[in-house]
Amino acid sequence: MIATSPVLSLTGIHKVFGGVIAIQDFSLDLYAGEIVALVGDNGAGKSTLIKLISGVHRPTAGDIRLDGESVALVDASSARSMGIEVVYQDLALAHEQTVYMNMFLGRELTRKPFGLLDRERMRRESQSLVEELDVRIPSVNSRIRDLSGGQRQGIAIARATHWASKLILLDEPTAALGVAETARVEELVASLKERDLAILLVSHSLDQVFRLSDRICVLRCGEQIGVRRSIETDRNEIVSMITGVHA
Amino acid sequence: MNLPGGPNHRPTDRSIPADRAMTPAIQRLRSLDLQRSVIYFGFLGIFLFFAVTLHDDGFLTSRNLTNIVLQTAPATVMAIGLVFALSAGEIDLSFGSIVAVSALSAAVAMQSYPMFVGVLAGLGAGIAIGCMNGVLVAYLRLPSFLVTLATMGLFAGIARSMTDLRSIPVVHDGFTGFFGSGKLFSIPSLVLWTVAAVIVGHVVYRHTRFGAHVLAVGDNAHAAQVSGIKVSRVRVHVLTLCGATAGLAGLLYAGRLQAAKYTLGESDLMTVIAAVIIGGTALNGGRGSVVGALLGSLLMGMLNNGLILMGLRVSDQMIVRGLIILVAVAVSLRDGNR
Repeated sequence: MIATSPVLSLTGIHKVFGGVIAIQDFSLDLYAGEIVALVGDNGAGKSTLIKLISGVHRPTAGDIRLDGESVALVDASSARSMGIEVVYQDLALAHEQTVYMNMFLGRELTRKPFGLLDRERMRRESQSLVEELDVRIPSVNSRIRDLSGGQRQGIAIARATHWASKLILLDEPTAALGVAETARVEELVASLKERDLAILLVSHSLDQVFRLSDRICVLRCGEQIGVRRSIETDRNEIVSMITGVHA
Repeated sequence: MNLPGGPNHRPTDRSIPADRAMTPAIQRLRSLDLQRSVIYFGFLGIFLFFAVTLHDDGFLTSRNLTNIVLQTAPATVMAIGLVFALSAGEIDLSFGSIVAVSALSAAVAMQSYPMFVGVLAGLGAGIAIGCMNGVLVAYLRLPSFLVTLATMGLFAGIARSMTDLRSIPVVHDGFTGFFGSGKLFSIPSLVLWTVAAVIVGHVVYRHTRFGAHVLAVGDNAHAAQVSGIKVSRVRVHVLTLCGATAGLAGLLYAGRLQAAKYTLGESDLMTVIAAVIIGGTALNGGRGSVVGALLGSLLMGMLNNGLILMGLRVSDQMIVRGLIILVAVAVSLRDGNR
């Protein structure tokens, strides 16, 4: 089930913001086809870690390897060009634009010879993607503002899936959703494992973490407390790792 | 769905079919855009109203209708530039002053140099001022409303001081023909400029990556940024484009009136902004229409023309025009933003 060499390998990552240590000595391997959950209290360093992997921040020290090769993620575009996609908590969708234009936001397809937008192909590819992932929307011509929260989340995840070749970072994918929509998005996330992508999931919901993840990595005050296989641990252990209080 | 347990409340049954209840019919009905059609109905309504009430005053004569198009040509060109700026979430208030500076630059240059120098001077002034607006907005992170409010005053003053309030005649036949009274295959050049500007504007707006990026930046700048769109560059480009269209409008005024004066473009601010908003462009970005802006501009021209033909005094014209704009803007904004 798990490939032999990691897709993403973080070793000895440190991040300091003006004397304040945000992340210290963090190491983690992510393999294709697995979901690793990143949990911790507010301010534990989850967001910082996401920003380090997506190229928004650069580590003060430490090594980031993609498929075994050391890489410098200088900005968000360089991370994207290496196959890392982020689904932001705010989804980063343009609400007045259509589903298919959002799928290709910043990477619009054009047609020769005049370099005009190839709307037909963008529609077609978006259509087949939402069908493949079973994201239920009225049409790829719908505007984002006319979709429900769950549908928007589905579009954001589908977009990341379309462009990611290695890794997807999911930041609180269901924080704003109702019960049924949460279930639907969780199904979608679970289905991504079959696409041979590595998935790093940040979530505050431990129930969700246990439902979805293969492994759980706990952060506390910038410190890596430990990594557990989800089937070999339980809620109590994770909670005590997050809080530092032993039951 | 909003349980007291909060957003992280655990779904107890994972087999719940989600989103199925959203019927496509309702979705389609909701996305049907009333706003886009308002301009067409408004345009048609006012046209018919004047056609009936002013029939005996010659509103429907081809001469009068052509006149409306000729008179609105500069405003239409500027409206197209403004569609891009508003769509990117910016605004330009300085285009009226740019018109005067551009027209005067061209007129002064042509007093001693050939036509193409004048054209370059006029367009160049517009592009330079627009670019300055854009750089101040994008890189100093100042709101475009305030930046262009300031440059509006600044360049209005510069236009006045350029020639000490004097009007400069434009006697170059090639220039006045090309930008003003000339004809090609018996089509007036101002009509050709309008058509060309609308076609180019529409294609760039709807069918290029630049147009898509403009809309994305105005819609959600953060999303555009993380999607790799160079947000600051887009902001500079749209404001430069506004300056360029104002520069062209200055040339069109100078060509038609065969003179340049600091007052050119002075009264266009309200007309052009109203034309663009009535034409279905959102004031806060992310949505717009070049064709709508054309119709909006023609509608404003029709109003001017009709109110004059009705024999209203200038003060009454201003009052009626203000009220009609108020109603039109209210209607188009209400439908758009729900």
